[in-house]
Amino acid sequence: MNLNTAALGRYRMMRRIRSFEERVGELFLKGESAGSMLHLSIGEEAVVGMTDAMQSGDTFTTHHRGHGVFIGRGGDPSRMMAEIAGKEDGYCRGKGGSMHIADRALGHLGANAIVGGGIPHVVGAGISYRNAGAGQISVAFFGDGAMSQGILYESMNMAALWHLPVIFCCINNQYGMGTRVDRSAGHHDFPARAEAFGLNAARVDGTDVEQVYNAATALAHTARQGNPGYLEIDAYRFYGHARMDKSPYRTAEEEATGRARDPLLAARTRLAAAGIASEADLVGIDGDAAVEMDLALANAIAAAPPALSTMFQDVYAPDTPAPRPQVDRLSAILSEGSRA
Amino acid sequence: MTEVTYRDAIRQALLDAMQADPSVILIGEEVGLYGGAYGVTKGLIDLFGHDRVIDAPISEPAIVGAAIGAAMTGLRPVAELMYVDFIGMTMDQLANQAAKSRYMFGGQIGVPMVLRTQGGTGRSAAAQHSQSLEAWVLHTPGLRLVMPATVNDAYHLLRQSLTQPDPVVFIEHKGLYTMKGPLDVAMPDGAWGEPVIRRTGSDLVILSYSRMLHESLAAAERLAQAGVEACVIDLRCLNPMNEAPLVEAVKATGRAMVVTEGVVTGSVASDIAARLSELCFDWLEEPILRLGGEDIPIPVSPALEKASIPSADLIHDTALWLVTRKAPSWAA
Repeated sequence: MNLNTAALGRYRMMRRIRSFEERVGELFLKGESAGSMLHLSIGEEAVVGMTDAMQSGDTFTTHHRGHGVFIGRGGDPSRMMAEIAGKEDGYCRGKGGSMHIADRALGHLGANAIVGGGIPHVVGAGISYRNAGAGQISVAFFGDGAMSQGILYESMNMAALWHLPVIFCCINNQYGMGTRVDRSAGHHDFPARAEAFGLNAARVDGTDVEQVYNAATALAHTARQGNPGYLEIDAYRFYGHARMDKSPYRTAEEEATGRARDPLLAARTRLAAAGIASEADLVGIDGDAAVEMDLALANAIAAAPPALSTMFQDVYAPDTPAPRPQVDRLSAILSEGSRA
Repeated sequence: MTEVTYRDAIRQALLDAMQADPSVILIGEEVGLYGGAYGVTKGLIDLFGHDRVIDAPISEPAIVGAAIGAAMTGLRPVAELMYVDFIGMTMDQLANQAAKSRYMFGGQIGVPMVLRTQGGTGRSAAAQHSQSLEAWVLHTPGLRLVMPATVNDAYHLLRQSLTQPDPVVFIEHKGLYTMKGPLDVAMPDGAWGEPVIRRTGSDLVILSYSRMLHESLAAAERLAQAGVEACVIDLRCLNPMNEAPLVEAVKATGRAMVVTEGVVTGSVASDIAARLSELCFDWLEEPILRLGGEDIPIPVSPALEKASIPSADLIHDTALWLVTRKAPSWAA
């Protein structure tokens, strides 16, 4: 694939993410989503630079705002949307939802609703890959909120100490829920923190997916050789924390400035200016994404909810007895204990 | 059959498992060069190297988290938590991650790991190094929970834990490490999830596990001198647990007590007593009694520490009341 084709491919992927997230918003407004804990990654699409630098067989964990990362690694929008709607057709059969989506086959070891919760799992994956000598890497995606979690630093230390093929990828969207990063960290040169643990670190402009891709490719290359890295993507979270958040903690002026830092628009402008794609090409890509995500939305709404009997499945492995429904336990007591 | 210590039986189980399965790794604080805070992993780093016996920094949450990630990607890690008292540090990784991955992800991603740890009183280790916190684990669906009382179980339950597809919390007792007993590597005391009757008796049932099993057996011998025969059952696996043999035994005698070292309020004993009360109500001659640790932090003074958990005397006196309604002197 030549460089131009690859760049166009990254634009296509970013557009698909944007369109998907917009449909997630629609799903909520239609009352078809499972709850309102839906965290949109609009404004953070340049993460495609990191997902594109990964290879088949690499694994990753994400935070609660991970739809874009998953699509970037090949997630099927229909199965994702069905999961977000809590349907049987979803990736996790309606058990996990937006915040707990995973696909073992694509290397997605799980999205996490505990800030920093999935970060140490890539350390363990890194031990697996180091011991097997298989050349795989494992990447933890998280937000700037996790920069205040101790487990991140425990994990960075272990990765550096044991020379693990691991990357810590911080998508810094400036906000942990409603708290801007300058209100949560006394000193927010985060790459310096990573370097202090012995990691290779880079901070890149989150409006420039190609810059993200180049930095991610370099870090992935060294990580495969056992030198773990930290990549920070400097972005802006366009909308509120979750669907019920009206962003009372920031001004309209700040939002306007932030939303002007649009990685999708920047990529589109760059591709057109460089003559890599015509306006007609780009309109075609945008249209294809809209059609695809409209279909994902419609499929999710039409899909059936899981049968109640599935509730007791997968607490333990299939060959072990499932937890007993409460009415089964009670009926055993109530029938045996009944007196004439 | 050979006589070995509880500590050596656990070490032998780790060694045999690591030789049989190259995916088994150990990760924890001081498991390598130091040989384990209680000597359980002594010498294993020499046999299996630093890649499989991993000395970790003092980072309990990331030790458990790394074990989870290793388990998700094909290894079978045994993480060691030096004291069960540190489990609070790891509770997110244990209860929110390891326990829930299979379920949240619709059955795609299991976490076949073992968390080895130890608890209990007996060394004047005080309030932060002496607790019995198994009830915290029992309260979390998705986790398995095992607490061996005998040398043979220490070996076999650990080997069996290392065949489970789900996370297992394996809690040893610091007061048992030097206890000697028979080890038959070819013959487990019982199957996974099955309680074992350690002593037969027709007058009452004493249900216990871990070190309190031995206090219960000592009490049963003294009861026999008074003509009272106690059936003593070792629960072994607290989850999964086949309740059927417990129900059968309690129905047969109509009298039962559950003995634990953990503080009695919200304890494993409370839950088992409740379950058996539901299932055996019409067969009971007396309420099912719970004996546990006092509802206090563990004090350091040897005298106070010893008095804070059930003794063979307390078990004996309470059992005698269950059978004879003879009030012990302290109940006057």
